[in-house]
Amino acid sequence: MPAPTGIMPATLRKDLRLEWRSKDAINSMLFFSLLVVVVFSFSFDPNAEESRRIAGGLIWVAFLFAAVVALNQTWAREIRNQVLDAYRVSPAPANSLFLAKAIGNFIFVSVLEALMTPLFVIFYQLRPLGPTWQLLIVAALGTWALVVNGTFFAAMSLRTRSREIMLPLLLFPISIPALLAMVQATANVLTGGGARVWIALLLSYDLVFTTACLLLFETVLNAE
Amino acid sequence: MTETAPVITVSNLIKQFGRFAALRGVTAEFSAGKLYAILGDNGAGKTTLLRTLAGLNRPTSGQITILGAQKFGDICHQVGYMAHSSLLYDEMSGRENLDYFARLYGISESARCTQAIRAVGLDPDLRRPVGQYSQGMRQRMSLARALFNDPKILLLDEPFSNVDIHSATGMVHLLANIRDQGKTIFVVTHQASLLDGTADEFIWMEAGQIVARTLDLQQTARTT
Repeated sequence: MPAPTGIMPATLRKDLRLEWRSKDAINSMLFFSLLVVVVFSFSFDPNAEESRRIAGGLIWVAFLFAAVVALNQTWAREIRNQVLDAYRVSPAPANSLFLAKAIGNFIFVSVLEALMTPLFVIFYQLRPLGPTWQLLIVAALGTWALVVNGTFFAAMSLRTRSREIMLPLLLFPISIPALLAMVQATANVLTGGGARVWIALLLSYDLVFTTACLLLFETVLNAE
Repeated sequence: MTETAPVITVSNLIKQFGRFAALRGVTAEFSAGKLYAILGDNGAGKTTLLRTLAGLNRPTSGQITILGAQKFGDICHQVGYMAHSSLLYDEMSGRENLDYFARLYGISESARCTQAIRAVGLDPDLRRPVGQYSQGMRQRMSLARALFNDPKILLLDEPFSNVDIHSATGMVHLLANIRDQGKTIFVVTHQASLLDGTADEFIWMEAGQIVARTLDLQQTARTT
């Protein structure tokens, strides 16, 4: 029997509906990021030039930590009532589930970024001196880099006893190249430079890790 | 009584979790159109046997043939599985849950879900989220989730737990009707008396093995 179609959009719609009703992920991410912005702005008192140099690091580290909250939530609702087993016994392909989860997380983290970036701009008085459109590409590619690996490793740590700790332990080291590219690209654009090289690096990173995650996800899903 | 060809053949099935052997060489054949009640103390291996038949546990060794296939993925659309947990999303209504799971099986007609919900005695238009259902309603909705794809084989783990006697009797009648349509049903239960007079065979498990198969609950065990 051929695998049923339309499962990825159906799973994505279901996840968005669940998040809309529970607001578990988005609320936790927003409060966490808000705290980071406020605490950092009180901790440092940088001038405009220093802000441009450090803002890339601050923004992306805040988003990375906030994303972990959403990533843990994604799979937590699948193991509540063991709903994941219902997916596993069905003819639905594993990768449809993975893609739906990754795209869902991408939407959640993008919403967070859209809401929090203006606050970073205000608190750190940021005004990009380089091409701003490149920042949009960096944000899209960087966010995908975080969520694709995050979704995969969150699924991997699903059955471990301390999965909240396990996820950052697995995700952060592997995200270092992407994080470096995101921070450097952001700092370059803010200080008047270009980010083409870093964008190319992010694109390659995304391609490699998306392919690897898609190839390995079925094994992770059916692991005992 | 006419003997029919086995729909499920289990041969020397062993399932180990680390050093613990949950199934120790189970060998059995099960015919079409019969209702099997699987009985035994806690830890006897009933749930493990059911999960292994449902493709959720990989056998450590041994063979399972279901409807002529040795790979569960080939026949998963012909199997309905109800677990001890509800396998339902608490934040969605019963109807929303079933509509989503139906998509996983490539079923787009909502009439199938309506029919399954009505069959278990629930209202398909009930908008309340499953999280607000009583335990008995949740069990029945969970049964509806196992039925909507009109499976040839039904695997039910404790379907009567926390269900009042009136509803449980209704469920037993429903299962008898499904069996009379030629479907094969396995019911793991501690409430064996509910199936007395309805089940075609009682399968007694102990320490990971089938120790007896009897035709009625009172019959002296005849070892297999």
